[in-house]
Amino acid sequence: MARITHGIGCSHIPVLGYAHDHGKDGDDYFKPAFAGFDWTREWITAPDSRPDVVILVYNDHASAFDMKVIPTFAIGCGESFTPADEGFGPRPVPVVEGHPDLAWHIAQSLVLDEFDTTIINEMEVDHGLTVPLTMMFGDVEKWPVKVIPLAVNVVTYPPPSGNRCWALGEAISRAVSSFPQDLKVQIWGTGGMSHQLQGPRAGLINKEWDNRFLDGLTGEGQDLRHVPHIEYLRETGSEGIEMVMWLIMRGALGKSTRALHRHYHVPVSNTALGHIVLEPVDPTVPPSRTLEGGSPIAQKMIA
Amino acid sequence: MREATDIATYLADLEDIPGTQVFTAQRARQGYHLNQCAMSLMKPENRERFKADERAYIDEWPMSEEQKEALLARDYNRLLNLGGNIYFLAKVFSTDGISVVQGVSTMTGMSVEEYQAMMMAGGRSPVGQRSIRENN
Repeated sequence: MARITHGIGCSHIPVLGYAHDHGKDGDDYFKPAFAGFDWTREWITAPDSRPDVVILVYNDHASAFDMKVIPTFAIGCGESFTPADEGFGPRPVPVVEGHPDLAWHIAQSLVLDEFDTTIINEMEVDHGLTVPLTMMFGDVEKWPVKVIPLAVNVVTYPPPSGNRCWALGEAISRAVSSFPQDLKVQIWGTGGMSHQLQGPRAGLINKEWDNRFLDGLTGEGQDLRHVPHIEYLRETGSEGIEMVMWLIMRGALGKSTRALHRHYHVPVSNTALGHIVLEPVDPTVPPSRTLEGGSPIAQKMIA
Repeated sequence: MREATDIATYLADLEDIPGTQVFTAQRARQGYHLNQCAMSLMKPENRERFKADERAYIDEWPMSEEQKEALLARDYNRLLNLGGNIYFLAKVFSTDGISVVQGVSTMTGMSVEEYQAMMMAGGRSPVGQRSIRENN
C-alpha cells in the first residue's frame, strides 16, 4: 500500500530559483538561505527516506490560472507539467513528471470524501512548484521523483480556511493509504512565511509569529486549524496567507509529528524563508464521515 | 483576535489593515481586464508588442482610462486601488526587467536602497501596522 512517510514545509520565493539558475546560491546574500537545505538534500536522496512521489501543495501565481477560472483546490492528474514563462522566459529546470494513477485515485477519493477538487490534465507550473523542487534536489537533469501538483487559491479572497486545509490533508492521507501500489509518498506544503508584496506596508516580516507557526506544526496540537485569515493578514502580511497551504501538509501527517529539521532565515527578497521536515509519530487520521468515503463498495470502484 | 462569524464582518475586517489592499471579489471584478492584460505579458510576442507601443497594446483591453494611465505610469499603489493584483502586476515588473524587490519598493515611499536596508535589518515590524481601527 502507498503511505505518506514525511511532510515538508518550504517557502517558494522566486528569487531562490533565480539565484540557483544563475549560480548565485553561493553569494553572501543567498548562502545562508541555501545552507539550511543542505541537511534535507542529503536526507531526501538517502535510500530510506527518498520518496517515490511528492504531492506538492502550492499556489499558482497567475501563471496557469488567470482570472477566468479560479479553482479553490486543483489537482494535477496529467503525465507531465512544463515550467511556465513568468515574464522572463521559463526556468531552465526539468519538466515535472506527474503520477496520473495516484493523482486520479486521490482525485476520485477526495470527491467521494466530499472534497470536490478540480481535475487538471494540462497546465504549466510556476516558481511556486519548481522552486521547492530546486531547494530539495538542486541541479539535476531529471527530477528524481514524480510530482502531483495540488494548487490552492490563495490569491482571490476568500482562500480556503485553515481548518478546511487541514481536513483536506486528512482526506489525502486516507486516499493515499487506499492506493494499492507500494509507494513512499511525501506531501509538501509551500509558500510563506511572513511577507507582503503590495502597498505601503510591503516588507512586513514577523519572526515571532512565523516561529510559533513552525512550533505549532509539531506534536499533537491542532490550534493552527483555527487561525483566521485576518490573523495571517495582520500578523504576517498579505501574502503570509500562503501558510494555510502548510496545513494541508500537516493534516496529512495525522495525529502527531516530530520535526527532523528546521530552518528559518530573513530576508530573502521581500520574504521570511521557512523550511521544516516533519515525520508522523502517530499517522492516524479520523475515518471518512461520508457515505461513499466510508463505503467498501464505492472504494472498490476506484481501487 | 476577534474572529468574524458572518461575511459582512469578514469583508469589513479585510479593509482594516493599514497600507494593504486585500484582493476581494470587489477588487477582482474591478480589475479583471487590468489583471488579464498584465497576465498576457507572459507571452514573449506580447511583451514585444507592449514594449513597442504600450498605449496601443493596452487600448486593446477594455480597461478604464484611470487604469490605463496608472499602468502607463507604473503607479502600483494606484493600480492596487483600481483592482490590480500584485501577482498579475508582477508580469509588468518582469517585462520592465526589474526585480520583485525593485517593483515592490516603489509602493512603500522608500528608495530601493532604503527598502533593501529595511529588509536586511529584519523587515517591517507589524507593530502599529495591524489594524486601522485599533491603531496597533
